[in-house]
Amino acid sequence: MHLQPNVPSPRAWDTGRQSREQRLASAARFARGKLVAHQDATSLLEAVLRPGDRVCLEGDNQKQADFLARCLAQADPTVLRDLHIVQSGIVLAEHLDLFEAGIARKLDFSYSGPQGAALARALAGGTIELGAIHTYLELFSRYFVDLTPHVALTVARCADRDGNLYMGPNTEDSPVVIEATAFKQGIVIAQVNELVDKVPRVDVPGDRVDFVVEAPETFYVEPLFTRDPAQVTETQILTAMLAIRGIYEEYGVRRLNHGIGFNTAAIELLLPTYAERFGLKGRIATHFALNPHPTLIPAIETGWVQQVHSFGSEVGMDAYMRARPDIFFTGRDGSMASNRLYCQAAGLYATDLFIGSTLQIDPQGNSSTVTRDRIAGFGGAPNMGSDPHGRRHASDAWMKAGREAADGTPALPRGRKLVVQIVETFGDKLDPTFVEQLDSVQLAETLHLDLPPVMIYGDDVTHIVTEEGIANLLLCRTAYEREQAIRGVAGYTPVGRARDRRVVEDLRARKVIRRPEDLGIDPLDANKSLLAARSIKDLMRWSGNLYDPPRKFRNW
Amino acid sequence: MITLTLRYTTRAPMPGNARRALVGVVASGNLEVLLERTLPDTECAVEIATPVRGYDEVWTAVLADFVERASPGGLRISINDSGARPDTVALRLMQGARLMEATR
Repeated sequence: MHLQPNVPSPRAWDTGRQSREQRLASAARFARGKLVAHQDATSLLEAVLRPGDRVCLEGDNQKQADFLARCLAQADPTVLRDLHIVQSGIVLAEHLDLFEAGIARKLDFSYSGPQGAALARALAGGTIELGAIHTYLELFSRYFVDLTPHVALTVARCADRDGNLYMGPNTEDSPVVIEATAFKQGIVIAQVNELVDKVPRVDVPGDRVDFVVEAPETFYVEPLFTRDPAQVTETQILTAMLAIRGIYEEYGVRRLNHGIGFNTAAIELLLPTYAERFGLKGRIATHFALNPHPTLIPAIETGWVQQVHSFGSEVGMDAYMRARPDIFFTGRDGSMASNRLYCQAAGLYATDLFIGSTLQIDPQGNSSTVTRDRIAGFGGAPNMGSDPHGRRHASDAWMKAGREAADGTPALPRGRKLVVQIVETFGDKLDPTFVEQLDSVQLAETLHLDLPPVMIYGDDVTHIVTEEGIANLLLCRTAYEREQAIRGVAGYTPVGRARDRRVVEDLRARKVIRRPEDLGIDPLDANKSLLAARSIKDLMRWSGNLYDPPRKFRNW
Repeated sequence: MITLTLRYTTRAPMPGNARRALVGVVASGNLEVLLERTLPDTECAVEIATPVRGYDEVWTAVLADFVERASPGGLRISINDSGARPDTVALRLMQGARLMEATR
């Protein structure tokens, strides 16, 4: 017999397209054109989905395709089973109900915020087979490699009959999810608040959208980035003053990202007051990769902030952003446009500093927001709170950090991203922030995870700020010094009290550790009167009443 | 409510000549600190009233560091605690010391 290895065996090259055609055919009876009545949504999902499909049910950290989530949870688990959920946010109870019912089996995600405790229980109970807990950029990247969705269930403010979608300020994950799905012959279904003749702006072109369902209620958006200035403590004000003088001023940090916590909200509220005293306007904190934090309003209004690009939006900020197009990115229709993928990439490569809070830090500087009974997942911190070795453009702040890390003049100059953890030494209920071992290590053993979930790895962290002072880890020359520098700002936690006092004093003499008094910070300034706004109502006034805070923050 | 009394000999008198200062408030997670210049120059006495048990060692550590940093000779310090965290206690003490340093 003669073999002809170079002649390919006959095969079909368009099985994906064929599968798509079959799915569209079985869904056709529920649709008129692209439009599907909301009563038929569950039947549509049963017709379109196949057992084992990878599904993205947005699922962002703010906006939720909540109606489609409820419809999917009501599907017949004998028809729809073993779905593989690939979405950034596990935020709604329905997201976990899918696993309880057996409709879904496997999960790859990023962030679980409000469902952190329920998710930990489901993992322990074995109802979820966990792939990985990703950073946003990782999960979005895998959409194009090995986690491409077969079906995407998205959410928009409105659509026209051709399926063109208008997302409004909460564009978030949708463009990347939809591109990955649509261009690999998947199916895209959108829930919308209303059908219109013409959308104000085309955020997603209609030829990437297969079905549109007008939902009976407007979709839910979590107000995740609103911090009431009235809740900022004096200790947080002190840590914010330390960061401004010891890091922002010291390195001349202009391009940056802030975390979600009260410490960084305090920094935002101190720019027009405390930082103003030192003539820092225009020299620090001018360009942000940041969600539209309401606490940034006073710094915007006083001319500190020059430009903000956002991952998502924030409830109540629409009219304010529309009126400040020089600051925010806006469409031709005037409304703000966000994009989580772009902004994460910006935060990774185009900022010189990430500063954020965390729940636990170990003596090596590793941090985690996982506790024994909660898996909160990762937000933007792991990407932005890492030193991108792929970066090749210089800036003064980045070069100075690189020089400090190199101890003198290296043959080959390199920069360093400033990665700062800002915390109070004790959290709620007197739980110490500094711990000998992260709870996530124990949790990873219990749940047999390959990797203990670490928010920011110690070797990426350059500074730790607490009310006791700043530890500059770039200037540490040995592992022992580094550990003592961390213990030296860990306050009265057991980790802090186990410090080697002599080494810590040496580190202070070398300016590796700097106390408030070393930076000329007066503890009497750690007072709420120093905040540019002391309440949500103050923020409204600063905005000229354009900021419209959500009901739960209206406490007057 | 438990009461702790701590006594120190300081290396120097508290600078300044303010007779008395009050910082903080009695509110959940906070504390009130009253400082009075009534003792001999290198003596310091601290009386703490707290509803939280089991933190004697932490109080002792916080106060020892404060005495080392501020040298509050001559001061009688009364602390009315409402479950403040150690970082808040340390901040209030430093604020109180700054007010006592005032010359007037």
